Amino acid sequence: MEKKHAIEFRGITKRFGNVVANEDVNLYLDKGVIMSLLGENGSGKTTLMNMLSGIYFPDEGQILVDGKPVTIASPKDAFDNKIGMIHQHFKLIDVFTAAENIILGLKEKGTLDKKEISKRVKAISEKYGFDLDPDKKIYEMSVSEKQTVEIIKVLYRGADVLILDEPTAVLTPQETHKLFKVLRAMREDGKSVIIITHKLNEVMEISDVVAVLRKGRHIATVKTEETDEIQLTEMMVGRKVELNIGRTEPVNPVPRLTVAGLTVRNSEGINKLEDVGFIAYGGEILGIAGIAGSGQKELLEAVAGLRHISSGSIIYSPEGRNPEELVGKSPMEIKDAGVALAFVPEDRLGMGLVGGMGMTENMMLRSWNKGKGIFIDRKAPEELAEKVLDHLEVVTPSVDYPVRKLSGGNVQKVLVGREIASAPSVLMSAYAVRGLDINTSYIIYDLMSEQKKKGVAVIFVGEDLDVLLELCDKILVLCGGKVSGVVDARTTSKEEIGLLMTSLGGKEKK
Amino acid sequence: MNEKAPFLRLAKRENINKRNVWLIRAAAFFTALVLGGLIFVIAGADPINAYGSLLEGSLGNPAGLRQVIKVATPLLGTALALAPCFKMKYWNIGAEGQITMGAVGASYLALSFGDTWNSFLLLPAMAIMGVIFGGLWSGIPAAFKARYGTNETLFTLMMNYIAIGIVGWLQGGPWEGKPGSQIIPMFKPAAVLPRIMGVHIGWILVLILTAIMFIYMNYTKHGYEIAVLGESENTARYAGMNVTKVTIRTALLSGGISGLVGFMVASGANMTLYASVAGGVGFTAITVAWLSQLNPLGMIFISLLLAVLSKGASTLQTSLAVPASISDIITGIILLCMLGCEFFINYKIILRESKNKEGQK
Amino acid sequence: MSISVIGLIKAAVLNGTPLLFGTSGEILTEKSGNLNLGVEGLMFMGGAFGLLGAFSYGQIAGENAVGSVAIAIAFLMAFLAGVAGSLIFSFLTITLRANQNVTGLALTIFGTGVGQFVGELMRLKVGGNVTISNALKDAFANGVLPMALQKIPLVGPILFSYNVFVYIGLVMVLAMTYFFRRTRTGLALKAVGESPATADAAGISVTKYRYLATVIGGGISAVGGMVYTMTIAGSVWNHSGLAGEGWVAVALVIFCLWKPINSLWGSVLFGGLLILYLRLPLSFIPTQIYKVVPYIVTALVLIIVSMRQRKEDQPPAALGVNYFREER
Repeated sequence: MEKKHAIEFRGITKRFGNVVANEDVNLYLDKGVIMSLLGENGSGKTTLMNMLSGIYFPDEGQILVDGKPVTIASPKDAFDNKIGMIHQHFKLIDVFTAAENIILGLKEKGTLDKKEISKRVKAISEKYGFDLDPDKKIYEMSVSEKQTVEIIKVLYRGADVLILDEPTAVLTPQETHKLFKVLRAMREDGKSVIIITHKLNEVMEISDVVAVLRKGRHIATVKTEETDEIQLTEMMVGRKVELNIGRTEPVNPVPRLTVAGLTVRNSEGINKLEDVGFIAYGGEILGIAGIAGSGQKELLEAVAGLRHISSGSIIYSPEGRNPEELVGKSPMEIKDAGVALAFVPEDRLGMGLVGGMGMTENMMLRSWNKGKGIFIDRKAPEELAEKVLDHLEVVTPSVDYPVRKLSGGNVQKVLVGREIASAPSVLMSAYAVRGLDINTSYIIYDLMSEQKKKGVAVIFVGEDLDVLLELCDKILVLCGGKVSGVVDARTTSKEEIGLLMTSLGGKEKK
Repeated sequence: MNEKAPFLRLAKRENINKRNVWLIRAAAFFTALVLGGLIFVIAGADPINAYGSLLEGSLGNPAGLRQVIKVATPLLGTALALAPCFKMKYWNIGAEGQITMGAVGASYLALSFGDTWNSFLLLPAMAIMGVIFGGLWSGIPAAFKARYGTNETLFTLMMNYIAIGIVGWLQGGPWEGKPGSQIIPMFKPAAVLPRIMGVHIGWILVLILTAIMFIYMNYTKHGYEIAVLGESENTARYAGMNVTKVTIRTALLSGGISGLVGFMVASGANMTLYASVAGGVGFTAITVAWLSQLNPLGMIFISLLLAVLSKGASTLQTSLAVPASISDIITGIILLCMLGCEFFINYKIILRESKNKEGQK
Repeated sequence: MSISVIGLIKAAVLNGTPLLFGTSGEILTEKSGNLNLGVEGLMFMGGAFGLLGAFSYGQIAGENAVGSVAIAIAFLMAFLAGVAGSLIFSFLTITLRANQNVTGLALTIFGTGVGQFVGELMRLKVGGNVTISNALKDAFANGVLPMALQKIPLVGPILFSYNVFVYIGLVMVLAMTYFFRRTRTGLALKAVGESPATADAAGISVTKYRYLATVIGGGISAVGGMVYTMTIAGSVWNHSGLAGEGWVAVALVIFCLWKPINSLWGSVLFGGLLILYLRLPLSFIPTQIYKVVPYIVTALVLIIVSMRQRKEDQPPAALGVNYFREER
């Protein structure tokens, strides 16, 4: 008889439309083990865990808990199987205390004896070494305290398997250290822990085993003590794939954007960018690589004037004009000067486009303030919309059809098309191919290359390392808001970038 | 595979053709009429007969028609005022108070200069005062909203009753006519709006305003700013718009137009000022604006419809001995049915059987 | 303490009682995240149907009418009228996802119409003023507690001399306070109003909670209309008597910062302000200004609360926002 695993995935496959998020994943986890689930962005880690926690339901395959096949169709089913997941976005009620949040929705008997509940919460805290005041309101808490509440919430419900989705992304090193201590205490208690992460140093520090996912498939599960960071990186990024993106040699590159000492803090005063410096050349594509949330968004927004800059300078040197400082200028002035931003957020719409409006009206977002008088010029945007529609082959019934109802690729074509149409001398794009299929992605790559040939300084934030390697001339790697290296895209390797992304390379250099 | 799919589920409709939209709305309207018919039955009247005399009383004779236009005018004007606010997702439900304050502003001039100024000077001045008073009354909550995020729905609601109270005080105090009468004197002829075809010219002004508002919302920079801000504040910032400025400006405009309506009602219809000068128009207009999907042209139709109902029903009281309040009931039923039917335009209900078709997408 | 001050307090309590019901019902509703601006309509419906119930019972029972039965019938009729009205609101906003502000206003138009209609219809049928026998009137308006208690000097009139609705209201508000503070269901309801998505993730049915809170809350608000008609208005249908009562109740919800316990003194304060001009006329303060004080005070509370940003004083975070789970 085979051994009973705490959790086992058998042949799990999950598709979203045409995109395969997980394919034939076979994976198991034993009791009293901490497992790291390692993979690049979009490798299917979170999707796989969401199937365990009842958010998604697998298309094919079977999940076993303690050797028994189970059906997990809702978060409640997951709890019934003693599985709990701590998501990246906390689901807590601000005006409630920690204790109230912890017992919310539980079908326990009797009245709400807050003292009793606080006592039980304290008992759990002490058992695993948490530091939490059960009567503190959520809105008074730091991010790390909120995370603690989420973890205790799961433990209070009696979970034996805990899944943490990138728990350290929001923590300081000290807080991370504390969290790891708690996780080890849980392991001693016989609980199983899965940590979704892409920070290699943490993988090595905390986990007993590492499962690596790549492009939705399970590559291997290895014991942490039998592997090292180099091997893990190789498994994570895989062999280089030939993509055949036509890349030309840069012609006469001149500095267009000189960023130096750029520091940006978020509303809580935490550095999102620290002392970032680089030069973007006209006629080149500068790729920006990094783990999600390493400061890519903040960097582009800072350049575009959408974020408050704590210190540093951004010198813009347009052709035939004197260089100017962009820090302190309004988004409008920066745009008018010729710095364009095409940012595709996670929900695709949001910042750059208005979902309920048609192509024409979305073109107006750039031009609405132009011209004298109170009337808005519709003609030029309409012509522009038609041009974008023809040129980029946008599939839409008409230029007035709400862009929200277009398919993802077409939405992105509208966004990128509009930015390109303003004939910028710096074009920044982030996640421009997010969610697109291969063929549509190529159209976007070609657009970028075309701009480069025109002498535009293109900054391309991407998720797929293969694409960055083939499309860009230089690649800047961000790690935790700092520049961990700038490499030549023609000579570097995926492994080198992978190491830089996880800060290793950076450390070695320093 | 996923046998847990619910039997019924909802999905946003990707597209629906115009014909079906109007079919659904017509069905809702018809349902409302049937439900209203039931009310007539309860009241002891024959529904068909009652609807017949309702139409007869409102549209069947010139006097009724004039009344209908008189009732529809402030409704339409106020709905126009609210449209930009709602487009911006700023929930101004204070039109009642803004109308009232507009009327106060206009009445101040009417009472002070009714004897000395001629109407070519006085009426435009009254209109401007109405706009200013209404605008300021709306600007106060907007400023707090922009600065402190004060909930505008609740604040504008409070402002309504404060405005009404102010008029009540004026009525019994500083502006009282005969001592003890609690009534403000009638305006002098110079302060009364002239009539065209038996109804004060407010209706012409409001029609012109409809065209202007249609253009403002669809063809001006301001209109565009409002539309973008209503969809997403972030996008508005990204496009370089000043969110605070747009919010306050739009609220001022909205209150200003409501104030203008107040001027029209005081000067054209009532020829004096009293506490219920707005008479619920500020609230009903909210439903008019919403049901017409903020389309100024649609507002003409809806406000006329409601005016026909209220005028027609008031004649029923005499002809069929049915309480006049039945018009409120039927208005309410129509509004509720029309509100509900939008759901069937925006969503479709999917039965489990059709799941496969969905899955291919 | 002079007689007039005691009289003022008594009058404030009596005038505040309809508000107490109207407000606490709306607090229950708003705690679930539903902003029902139809309170005015609901109170009209409650007033009319409550009177209809008591009146019909009086007609049928004639001489044998029992006061407590009449009260129970009026109570039940008003409550059910409120339930029916707020069921319309709930169906439109929760199930059909219609805009809450607009639906609430439409409900006000509909409800005041229904109230007036029922009132006028009764009058037309009877051919004169609709009212009930004096014995029944007394049952509604007179003190319910033993005379011995009522006769205690000072304390008696101020605390023990009221009609039954004052004490029902008191018990109800205390129960509601207990419900929100000390029960799991109350906690879950607050969660629904604060963050439906979080509540949903915790396995709480947002739809069920919103329906129940809105419907029961609407019923309670409607009872407030009945209390007004049967006690303050003297059990007579009066064309404009109830007008504005519902809106004061909505204002009072804000004034109470969405806490039921505050409505105990809040309703007495507002009830007092509404009749203060009769009891304490000061020549330099016009009567109409008395009448707007509740609204001005509420507006100030609203401003101060938004400036101070104390989390506990804010409206339920999801107030006025319909919830739909994202479709995957």
